[in-house]
Amino acid sequence: MIEAIGLTKQYGSKRAVDDLSFTVQPGLVTGFLGPNGSGKSTTMRLILGLDAPTAGSVTVAGRRYRDFPAPLHEVGALLEARALHPGRTAYRHLLVLAQTHGIPRSRVDELVDLVGLHDVANKRAGKFSLGMGQRLGIAVALLGDPQTLLLDEPVNGLDPEGIHWIRTLLRGLAAEGRTVFISSHLMSEMALTADHLIVIGRGHLVADMSVTAFLATASGQLVRVRAPRATELAALLSDPAVRVTSDGPESLEVSGLSSEQIGEIAAANGIALHELTPLRASLEEAFMDLTREDVEYKPQVHA
Amino acid sequence: MSSVDRPVRVTQLRVARSEWTKLCSLRSTRWSLLAAALLTIGFPLIFASVVEAHWGRMSPSEQANRQPLEIALIGVNISQLAIGVLGVLIITAEYSTGMIRATLSTVPKRLPVLWAKIAVYAAVTFGLALLSVLVAFFGSQAILNSKHILQIGLGDPDVIRSVLGAAAFLVLIGTFAMALGAIVRSTAAGIATFALILFVIPPLLNVLPSSWNRAISPYLPDSAGRAIFALNHGVNELSPAGGLAVFAATTACLVGIAALLLVRRDA
Repeated sequence: MIEAIGLTKQYGSKRAVDDLSFTVQPGLVTGFLGPNGSGKSTTMRLILGLDAPTAGSVTVAGRRYRDFPAPLHEVGALLEARALHPGRTAYRHLLVLAQTHGIPRSRVDELVDLVGLHDVANKRAGKFSLGMGQRLGIAVALLGDPQTLLLDEPVNGLDPEGIHWIRTLLRGLAAEGRTVFISSHLMSEMALTADHLIVIGRGHLVADMSVTAFLATASGQLVRVRAPRATELAALLSDPAVRVTSDGPESLEVSGLSSEQIGEIAAANGIALHELTPLRASLEEAFMDLTREDVEYKPQVHA
Repeated sequence: MSSVDRPVRVTQLRVARSEWTKLCSLRSTRWSLLAAALLTIGFPLIFASVVEAHWGRMSPSEQANRQPLEIALIGVNISQLAIGVLGVLIITAEYSTGMIRATLSTVPKRLPVLWAKIAVYAAVTFGLALLSVLVAFFGSQAILNSKHILQIGLGDPDVIRSVLGAAAFLVLIGTFAMALGAIVRSTAAGIATFALILFVIPPLLNVLPSSWNRAISPYLPDSAGRAIFALNHGVNELSPAGGLAVFAATTACLVGIAALLLVRRDA
């Protein structure tokens, strides 16, 4: 379990993380979602004790990261960008980290095989493709068989096969009761991998809900109706809680009523319908709606 | 996921083993150390050959000014640059590559990393320096021996002290450079600062009134360090023990600052 309470980080005049409180539960994959520059990586750095918070605190399994006598066995982390020396081979990189904890070489061998780097383990990591670098990073995270995993943009640079692999791996780890916390700026990816979502924008908490709840919100209650007597139908539907817009003489978009309700009203009044379609806003649209106010660098739109 | 034997904790010894692997697993480090050894050995051999070849044409006073120990240790003046630059790099490369994030999240107490880096590099430098200085000593003596000139033995006064002193000097240079690297965290700034303190500032002091110069110069890392292995000590120079004490104290202060900053700063 990861617990942040009033977590705040100020870099000079910029407040990267602002009074952030959340809990990441074990047994679930929790997605940490936000636009670029929203404070995800800073939060990850704060959890790992790489940066000290300006205010507030964050603990893993009830302890500050710095207080773990053997952190690799508690928290496995994949950090944003590469945290390795490009001149060292993948095997040596893993070994160097394993040795600080007295983790045996056999475990290093095992991980090299697990992440599929067997053939390139003795190549210098600087020559690795983005995807191979990610696999090495994941091997580092799993080195100490930790209860908590913290992965910053784990699918970055992976090919479809790699993405499938990591998704299965993460779900499996969560099913074993581990805490899995992964950041991403891609909602669609999170919808497939995560059970729970923590959404931030400009350092603030925007949403903390299950993926199912998020999808329900995202699907909205927008229904497209086509009917020859559209104007007549629009009048029948009119209600303070209902909004009807029209983008053509025979076409309506209705929010505030389900497609069943609209169908019943139309039938009761003998109005023929040519189309009755519940519309689902795309996940990315819903995500953008949620964080619209919090995107740091908005494109300037000139009408 | 197979289970792992769960050792209790990160220990200083384990961190030292990790730092040892780090040092050995980089090609650039191996080359730098080899270069330092070759410089330490090569220059005395060249100088000895030149002196040996020109001996007959030297005036008696010139011959009297030749010091065999000075010839044997001449390479230390050049290899200190290689040892210093590598010392800076061992620290700053962690920052420039991003490795530092992996290092510090593995050892979140941080200080064991600094101690281990210093200990491992000091041990490697001492061993390598001692070996190459001894090779340089016997090698240059062998060359000079062909004309039976400038012969000394390890048992002669001050010889062992100078040989050990040269190795100690290189260890301190390396540690000094590491501390600088840990303070500035950038390769370019680290190497520039190192060169400034060791090579640029000393000659500049000659511009000062000589009373000032005499009061400051002997305590600078360069002259204090050199006093550890120098053969002759002028009136304004520190004794070998004094030089060792001053340079070691300066280095310790710098390491202290580096340690404080490492714990305090965001990585």
